[in-house]
Order: sequence, then C-alpha cells, then structure tokens
Amino acid sequence: MSGSWMTTRAWLLMLPLLAVMISVIGWPLVDTVRLSFTDARLVGTEGSFVGLDNYARMLSGANFQRTLVTTTWFAVISVAAEMVLGVLAALLLNQQFYGRTVLRALMILPWALPTVVNATLWRLIYNPEYGALNAALTQIGLLDAYRSWLGEPNTALAALIVADCWKNFPLVALIALAALQAVPRDITSASMVDGAGPIARFRFVILPYLVGPLLVALVLRTIEAFKVFDIIWVMTRGGPANSTRTLSILVYQEAFSFQRAGSGASLALIVTLLVTVLAVAYAALVRKAAGSNA
Amino acid sequence: MLKSINRTLLGAAFVSGAFMPHAFAETAINALFMAQAAYSEADVRAMTEAFSKANPDIKVNLEFVPYEGLHDKTVLAQGSGGYDVVLFDVIWPAEYASNNVLVDVSSRITDDMKKGVLPGAWTTVAYDGKSYGMPWILDTKYLFYNKEILEKAGIKSPPKTWDELAEQAKIIKDKGILATPISWSWSQAEAAICDYTTLVSAYGGEFLKDGKPAFQSGGGLDALNYMVTSYSSGLTNPNSKEFLEEDVRKVFQNGEAAFALNWTYMYNMANDPKDSKVAGKVGVVPAPGVAGKSEVSAVNGSMGLGITTASKHPEEAWKFITFMTSQETQNQYAKLSLPIWASSYDDPAVTKGQEELIAAAKLGLAAMYPRPTTPKYQELSTALQQAIQEALLGQAKPEDALKGAAENSGL
Amino acid sequence: MERKSLPFTIFIYASALLLAVVILAPVLWLFVMSISPAADLSAKPLRWWPQQVDFSRYALLLSTVENSAGAAFVASLWNSLRIAGMATIAAIALAIPAGWAVSRTPAVGWSLSVVIATYMLPPVALAVPLYMGLAYFGMLNNIFGLALVYLTILAPFTTWLMKSGFDAIPREIEAAAMIDGASLFQTLRIITLPLAAPVVATSALFALLLAWDEFFYALLFTSDLRAKTLTVAIADLAGGRVSDYGLIATAGVLAALPPVLIGLVMQRALISGLTSGGVKG
Repeated sequence: MSGSWMTTRAWLLMLPLLAVMISVIGWPLVDTVRLSFTDARLVGTEGSFVGLDNYARMLSGANFQRTLVTTTWFAVISVAAEMVLGVLAALLLNQQFYGRTVLRALMILPWALPTVVNATLWRLIYNPEYGALNAALTQIGLLDAYRSWLGEPNTALAALIVADCWKNFPLVALIALAALQAVPRDITSASMVDGAGPIARFRFVILPYLVGPLLVALVLRTIEAFKVFDIIWVMTRGGPANSTRTLSILVYQEAFSFQRAGSGASLALIVTLLVTVLAVAYAALVRKAAGSNA
Repeated sequence: MLKSINRTLLGAAFVSGAFMPHAFAETAINALFMAQAAYSEADVRAMTEAFSKANPDIKVNLEFVPYEGLHDKTVLAQGSGGYDVVLFDVIWPAEYASNNVLVDVSSRITDDMKKGVLPGAWTTVAYDGKSYGMPWILDTKYLFYNKEILEKAGIKSPPKTWDELAEQAKIIKDKGILATPISWSWSQAEAAICDYTTLVSAYGGEFLKDGKPAFQSGGGLDALNYMVTSYSSGLTNPNSKEFLEEDVRKVFQNGEAAFALNWTYMYNMANDPKDSKVAGKVGVVPAPGVAGKSEVSAVNGSMGLGITTASKHPEEAWKFITFMTSQETQNQYAKLSLPIWASSYDDPAVTKGQEELIAAAKLGLAAMYPRPTTPKYQELSTALQQAIQEALLGQAKPEDALKGAAENSGL
Repeated sequence: MERKSLPFTIFIYASALLLAVVILAPVLWLFVMSISPAADLSAKPLRWWPQQVDFSRYALLLSTVENSAGAAFVASLWNSLRIAGMATIAAIALAIPAGWAVSRTPAVGWSLSVVIATYMLPPVALAVPLYMGLAYFGMLNNIFGLALVYLTILAPFTTWLMKSGFDAIPREIEAAAMIDGASLFQTLRIITLPLAAPVVATSALFALLLAWDEFFYALLFTSDLRAKTLTVAIADLAGGRVSDYGLIATAGVLAALPPVLIGLVMQRALISGLTSGGVKG
C-alpha cells in the first residue's frame, strides 16, 4: 500500500471529525474575529466596522485590568493548592493502611459531582445566616460570630478557591497516585539503603516519575481555571463589589447582559490570546521536562 | 413520528402519561415568569390552569427563572422565538422598545382597562408614549417590622422617618434584644438598587438630569450615606450585603430582624405559621420619609406582561395576558401581590385580613419613585451596584463611589 | 516491605482520617440537608442530623404532575440524559475512525493536535456566533442544537483517548487479517474494535460526564423545558425563590447521583483513561 493512499485514507477517516469541528468551532471563531471589529449588538443591528476601537476600549478600561488580576489570582492559587494537596494525598494513598481501597474509591466523589452542584453546595455551606461553616466554626469555638464569607471581598475569592480546590484536587491526587504506582519498588528501597532521607528521596527518586503527568494536569487545570465561569456564576455572580468577577464573567456581561456583541467579542479574543500564550509556554515546559526525564 | 416514539418511551420511563399533549391543544404558547417575590410559582401555575380551563384550545407552557436571569433569558430567547409572553421589570421597556424585543400593544388596550387600572401602574409598561404590555405586579418596598420586638423595646409606633428608624434600631440594639436589627437586600444585584432608590426618593434625589447622571450629589448621595452609616454603625445586619429579598424574608421570618425592607409578598408569607416564627407579629408601614423632604418613600418595583416580537401567536398571547391581569384573577390571588385595579383596594374580598398592608399600599403606591428610564439601564444599574457595595465595604467614600458609577454608567 | 515506626503509623492513620473527612463531609452534608425539615436547616445552633427524616422533597421533585415544579425538574433531567447521550454517541462515532487514522498514519497527527488545541478556547469566544448561527437554523432551545455544540467539547477528548487505545493494539494483527483478504472495514470491525472495546467504554464514560457537567452553553442556548438541562435547572432553583435549602440540596443529590455512581463503579476504567492521557502526554 502506498504512503500517499494511506494518507488520503487517513484524511477521509478524519473528515467527519474535522467537518464538525470546523463548522461548530472554526467558523464561529472566525466570525468572532469579524465581530470584534464592529459595533454589532446581540439583537437588532448588524453593526458597522469600527477598526480596533473595541480592543482599545476594552484593554484600557479599568474593568479589564482589575478582572485580569482577579482571574490570575484565582487561577494561580487554586491550581497551586490543587497540585500540592493532590500530591500529598497521593503520597498518603500510596502508603499501606486499613481502608486504603475505600479511601481511594471515595476520592472520585468530589470530581464526579457536577460543577454547578458543587457550587450550589458550597454556597449553602457558606451561607452567612444558616450555613454549615459558620455553625461548625462557632460550635467548636473557632469563631465568635457568624461571618459573611461570600459577602466580604477579602474572603469571597478565598471561599471560591476552597470550593474549586475541593472539587479538583482529588483528580490531581488520582493522576499522581497512578504515577507513584509506576515507581519501581527496588529503586525506593535502594535509595533507603543509600541513606537518603524522606525529603531527598521524594525530590530525587519519586518526583521525576511525577513530573510528566503532573505537568499535563497543571496545564489542563490552569487553562480551566483561567476560563472559569460556572462556579463563580452560581456562587457570587462576580460580587461583592466585583471582587470575584473573572474574565469570562466580564465577557458574558459585555456581550449578553449589555448586548454589545462587538466589544464582547474583542474581549473574548483577548482572553483567548492570554490562554494560548499560557498554554504555549506550558507546552514548552512539558517538552523540556519530558526531554530531561527521557 | 419520531417525536411520538420519544413520547411513548418517555411515558414508559417516567411512569405516568403526564407528558402527553392536551387533547384539545391547538396552539401552544410559552410564557416566562420569575421565581422570586410577588406571585408564587404555585399561584402562577394555578392562574394558568384556570386560563386553560376557560380556553381549552390554548396550551400555556410556563417557565420560571430567578429575577437575576429574567432579562438575559428574555433577550437571548429572541433568537429562537422562545417565548410568546414575558414578564418584564419596569426598568426594561426602554431597552426592549429600542431593541425591538416587545410588541407595542397600545391599540389593544381597551377603555375599560385605561379607566380601571391605577394611573401609576401604567408607567410600568410605557416608553415614549407607547404601551408595551399590561402592568401585572404593582409593587413597592415597604418597611416591615416585628411587633413583638418593638413592644419589648418599649417602642410605641413604627418609624415615620429614616432617622427615627435608626434611633429605634439603636434602642433595640442597646437593650440587647437583637445585635443587628435591620435587614436589607444589598447584594450586588438589582435588589440593592431598589433599596437605594427608596432612599433616593425619601431624600428627594434625582438619578438623571437632562439624560446625564445626577445621583452623585444631593439626594442620591444622602441616600448612599444613610446606607453606609446604618451599615457601619452596626444597626444593619452586615450580611445584608449578600442578601437578596429571599434572604431578608428568611431572616425576618426567623425573628432575627426587627425591621426589614421588602416587597408586598413578605407580608402574607411571614404571617403564615407553617413557615414563619413571627406569624401574627408582622407589622407593615410605608417606607419612611425624611423630615422636611418627604412623608413616605417608595420605589416603583412594578412589573408587566408583554408579547415578544418573536411570537407567532400574539392573539393567544394577549388573551393570556388579559386573563392574568384581569381584576377577577388579581382579586383572587391578592395575597402575595396587590391588584393593579383601583376599585380592588376597596373590595372587602381583597382587603380582608390584610387591612394593614392595604393601608400601607395606599400611601406607598402613590409615592412610587421610578428608577431611571434609559435604554442603557443595565449598564447604569451594574455601575451603581458596584458603587453601593464599594461604599458599604469601605473601599471608597460614597461620593467617590457614586462619581465612579456616573463615569461607568455609559450615559 | 519496610517496617514503619509507631508514630509514623499514627501519622498515616490521622492523615487518612482527615482526608476522608474533607472528602466526605460536604457530600454527606448535601444529603443530610436533602432529608432535613426546613426548620432544622434554619435553626440556630444548626441541627446536624434531622429530628425527623424527611424524604418528601424527592417525591416532590420526581413528580410528573403537569406544570408542576417536579415536572420541570424531571423534564430537565430527561433533557440532560438525551443531550449527553446523543453527544456521547456522536463523539464516539467520530472518534473511532479519526483516532484510528491518526494512530496508524502519524502524518495526519498534526490535525488532531489542532483539534485538541481548541480546548484552550474559552466558550465565551464562540458563544456569540454560535448563538446567532443556532438562531439562524432554528436550533436554539433545541436538544439537537445543544448536543451538536457539546460534540465539539467531547470529540477532541474521545479522539485523543481512542488514539492512545489504538496505539496499544499492534498493527501486525490488522495486517494479518488484511492478508487473509479482509477489507479495511471488516478488519476494523472484527479485529480492532473488539480489542479497543475497553477504551471505547472509557471514552464514552468521560464524554458522558463532561456533557452532564456542562453549564455555560446550556445557560445561553436553552430557554425552557424543551431543552433546559439539569445544571441550568439547579442554578435556577438555587437563585430563585426557594427558601427551603433542602429542596436545592435534593436537586443537587439527584443531579450528582448518575455521575457519582458511574465514578464509583467504573473508577478503574476512568483512572486508566486519565493516566494514559497524562503519562503519555
């Protein structure tokens, strides 16, 4: 069989997938680019060409800068916490103890809970008057008065991050656990004989096995955290005083609540660009890590 | 064919034949309502059932969303011709008319309607001299108070002015009856604007002057200052800044608020012993005024029912709207929302058991103050919500926050 | 096996207990709320276990009386099932030929990379044209329209997983069948697909979970019972006039049940899917 026929056949087999992706993602993306240069509204006018006005207005607006900072905080802290907690949990689950199998099985629970359910659940937990968190903390004496967790700018974002972490760190843990199980036992025992302490052992013996899978998890989680919408929409809608408004919420507001499809599109593309830059930087990192460990 | 197979499967899967279409149904219309304040979901469903009984050839599919989703859903559904009838807030006709979302129904409104409905109610549906629907919910924020707590504190009568409210709250706080006696809905949402507007009307403020923001000074500033003082002095429940109306009701019903600003619906709900710990102790008066400026204050929080331009069945839609807004229907369900019809307020069938509410309504409804009428209302409101929260949280001084809102309002 | 010191063992058990509490407490609380009378949930101090267990909300939400809150919930449950099911089947149907093609013909692999890169696109970047496009074809508020949009989220994932699965099946087996005169289609059907069946199952599970979870597009593109999904129904319930937190919790429990059951029962398959993607990069 000739190579060119193989390639043609492969393209034919790819065709359905590519056709769907081009029509439902490719075309809308191109159209978003077109819209971003117009002052089109969501319903009604087609809009006319306004050049780079939308971009200039969006980038210079205080809203955008502030929202970018909020989004970055959310992404960096929640992803970092998920990674650390996930690896710690995986190290624990890799030890031998009674009930380990059950605990491993339970790890899937938060991850399987739909995001909207998770957000609703935590909103109830954080409720300032009747929430479980206030009740638990005051009953054990850690708090003397009920607090408004989602109503104070300095706790609202943290509260969201906790809710997001709780759902996502088990996934990191499961990925890390699978990688740990691939570490050959004789290597760890050998390093013990060499007298390596637990920290050195983790750093030099175990970590190299974790880096690859963890980096992939890191990339995926960071991209997702940067695009975050659902959990914030359900829990705070960006409040209080816009302290939890992320980029996706801002785009929604611009394009759908205010119906300015044009400037909404330009803002969405700016976000896309940011995520792409992040992803490309990460991809380089992954390749480097894969290279050094190969 | 495929559809009917689906239906059969569905019926089998979910036990009953509830999904089978009505035997008579010829036309189906879709109506969008809110699940928040005013008429309860059960009330709307019961009214619709009565309508279907009277009009077996029209089937009405009901959809309920939170108030927060009502505007966006209405606009987004235009693309699909989704709804025939939509509930809209008094602040939206300007935008809906400019963007061709609602049908101008001025010609459909009969003389009987014009004569019978309270004049104030018509402002709910009017923009540029045209009517874009029928008023349905005639509502404003009242001051509710817990009679038992006031009695315990030795307070003879509820406050007539906002300063008196603060004084009375202080007495209750100082006597240790409640740590934070007043509850409001100051979440970053339209609810906060409604409370703010009530105060703006009390202080004789103005939102816009010649189309430009005017709330940064005068009454607009006084109103925000009052909110901030009440919050920082500890008289207001600090959780108010994440409350919507339902949270206020819950706190009030649990006996944890001496005073609360809320819509009509709270009166009968808080008086229902099944859900409420304060049944029988609920007092209601118009929101207070400011000495020398106003006797009472009120926000126009009314809502109307309109036909969307995407509707293919405007006749049936109008029939449904006339039924829902008819005096007969409204009188029958006058517990959570009061009728738009003038003569209903003297009808014993309506007033019985809620004389206090009716008395407050007569004063409050007459004083209703509008939120600004502009196609850019959503942006203005979003900017104001942010300003109010920044001021409450101490992130900005009230005057600076309002100045910022004026700049961001898009006006 | 190395011997562990006593303090270390205690430390391990204490940590395991802490982890179990962290994982379980919120989920259990969701369930407890769903069976507690409303008064217990607004009691101060809060009551952690109901005085009287109350399952009535489940009956309420699963009732099918026409134009009731229950019917609305059941309809959205049904919509979610249908949309997730359709999108999953379609995603697998696209992924099998495409995954096989990329696995056997690396020359076309870059196109899959491009497809997977679409994962970076925030949905808000596509929402406006998609909204207008769906409106043009009359597919707003329509389960087929939503399933089509979901397909673009699921297909890259399933194709990637299928490709890894096919990579693990030696080409020689296929070549042998071809020499015996089987056509490509027959070879795939008789030899390759049965071998790849576990990967197909894993991909389908992932696709189902992803579709079940989706919220943003459903929020924008559906407006009523004809297409509204469970996630939107729950968000509506939580945002509206439901002062009974137990009812919100009940809806949450019901919506979480299918994915949680899938997760617990199919855990091994899911984790192998996660890591095969992860480890191989």
